[in-house]
Amino acid sequence: MSIHATSFETLELENVARSFGGQNALRNLNLSIRSGEFIALLGPSGCGKSTALNCLAGLLPLTGGRILMDGRQIDQLPPEKRGFGMVFQNYALFPHLSVEKNIAFGLEMRNVPKAEIKKRVAEAIDLVQLGPHASKLPGQMSGGQQQRVAIARAVVLRPPLVLMDEPLSNLDAKLRLEMRTEIRRLHQSLGLTTLYVTHDQEEALSLADRLVVLRLGEVQQVGTPQELHEHPVNWHVADFMGYRNLLEGVVERVHGGAVTVSVLGTTITGSTREPLRAGDAVKVGLRPEDFDIAPAGTAPAGLASIDATVEVVEYQGREFAVEARSDAGKPLHVRTPRHVEPGQRVTLTAAQERVLVFPAELSPTASPAPELEAAVL
Amino acid sequence: MTLTGQRPARVEQEEPGNRPALSHRLAERGIDKLLLLLLPALVFALVLFVYPFVYGLGLSFQPKTGGLFGAYVKFFTDPSVRGLDSIWVTLQLALPAALLNVLVSVPIAYKMRGKFRGKRALTTVLVIPITLGTVLTAEGLLNFFGQRGWLNRFLGLLGFEPLQLVQNYWGVLWSLIISGFPFAFLLILSYLSGIDPSLEAAARTLGADWKQRFRRITLPLLAPGLAITFCLTFVLAFSVFPSAILVGDPSGSTRVIAYVAYNAWGQQFDYPLASAAAIVMGAVELVVIVLVLIWRSRMYKGSTGGKG
Repeated sequence: MSIHATSFETLELENVARSFGGQNALRNLNLSIRSGEFIALLGPSGCGKSTALNCLAGLLPLTGGRILMDGRQIDQLPPEKRGFGMVFQNYALFPHLSVEKNIAFGLEMRNVPKAEIKKRVAEAIDLVQLGPHASKLPGQMSGGQQQRVAIARAVVLRPPLVLMDEPLSNLDAKLRLEMRTEIRRLHQSLGLTTLYVTHDQEEALSLADRLVVLRLGEVQQVGTPQELHEHPVNWHVADFMGYRNLLEGVVERVHGGAVTVSVLGTTITGSTREPLRAGDAVKVGLRPEDFDIAPAGTAPAGLASIDATVEVVEYQGREFAVEARSDAGKPLHVRTPRHVEPGQRVTLTAAQERVLVFPAELSPTASPAPELEAAVL
Repeated sequence: MTLTGQRPARVEQEEPGNRPALSHRLAERGIDKLLLLLLPALVFALVLFVYPFVYGLGLSFQPKTGGLFGAYVKFFTDPSVRGLDSIWVTLQLALPAALLNVLVSVPIAYKMRGKFRGKRALTTVLVIPITLGTVLTAEGLLNFFGQRGWLNRFLGLLGFEPLQLVQNYWGVLWSLIISGFPFAFLLILSYLSGIDPSLEAAARTLGADWKQRFRRITLPLLAPGLAITFCLTFVLAFSVFPSAILVGDPSGSTRVIAYVAYNAWGQQFDYPLASAAAIVMGAVELVVIVLVLIWRSRMYKGSTGGKG
């Protein structure tokens, strides 16, 4: 297959920053991208993830920091000279050009010989399985097909880096799953280094080799899906990683990595990686699936337990999603294979290593950017 | 919430065979009482457009002499009318004016798509000529370009011969450009704003420089809009009349077709001839517009909103 990535060794983002009229949309983004990696930028809307992508593509000039490709500074290059492929959220297909012409556009701009253009376009069309639609206009195709064209248009150039800006967010749920697999398959077969922006943690976890979680323009955590899933650094990342129950509490005592927290009128023992002291305000993070649910009063001794009343039960195939209200009045989300009835009194328990305790304050990230470096640019 | 307490709605089934009521079937085809709202517009069009047009058309076929087509024959052949010349003169004014207005508007509108400081002020300045009447524009032109206008007095100070810029072809062309530009600019600005900016961003990431982006993406998507804008400014310019008299040379180089019609009506009292001139004028406009629209029909005309 002749579509493969032209590659680099590393792409370094050093203190990349972008502000809009004094408002910081992105601050101190430090990231080292290795060739062939699939990195997801994850965060709620307005967290700066699309800004980061546009900065990398060159569509937005940086207001601070540098981007280095194998040691060569590229952040001053206009997008047309950078040669990164980009897949837009709204696809941005040229509506007056057929699928073939759309895909050939970038090759034509690079003055690739006609015969080779034809060959590579045909290959790209095969790759995204759009053979029968090659001469259609984008307007005559469904959203999923248009998205395939957009991906083919970007990868046909064998770009060193493909940037994807929430490419699946305009598709319906079923198509989104299909396209997700498709993107993963393309990444595996072509080895394209990919930076993928999304607000969907499931998408990020399933696609990426590494995740970057952003909040208010600042990086919260960088790591593999497993690292983030099991050891989120703060409650914001935990929130994004599916810790739907974040309960406010106060530390009672600390014993090594074990913290006992008074929460919801009872005490829970959990684990932490932060230096906490008695009296600190904390948030206790618990995944719905990490709760064990038992009829009231039958909880095994020794485990921290919360008494609650079942309020809502949703059937979800192999499991039930249960919303229970604790006696202190706080709703708790639980996933369980056990069938419970609304109104039933239950006791919720969780193993100590599954209960994560975070400081309630989100610590400001790392060190601020050195002024000097910003001034050089 | 339960639905059991509700009585089943009574189904009206007067006709056998489950045929829906006539009013229902008509509504399916878009015929209902709302159509009455069209009535005022219809009356308006009939009384103020269709009737005068048909009346004028009829009049043009009832000359005092020369049979059915007498007025037309007179328009084209009578050396005192010189109708063919007037068509040519008008085209020479209207085509360059419309073309120039469209061509000048494109780069200005292209630059003014985005948001920037002072955009509103600049747009206002560009659009103000719309609010000026032809007479005011003509007065300004005479004051500035006239024999004793500012420009010639300034040139005189520098020792140059005065330029003849009004009372001839150039004065009328200027006037047409000044009054036609705001229309062209506003139309093209709105067509350009309708093109999704992410298309250009996509073209950039695919390696297209600004010339390639303009030629391959923006221009093809804008072309239908350019055609319409050209048609409208052309029609506006083709019916030139006041400025042809005020800043032109109505007996010579700017003897436009509207002036011929006016002359036939107001000086010679030859109503059929005047009507024939007006009908010919409409026919010429129609020919130009049809030609432009044929060209346009070969373009992509669909959505330009990015999703195709």
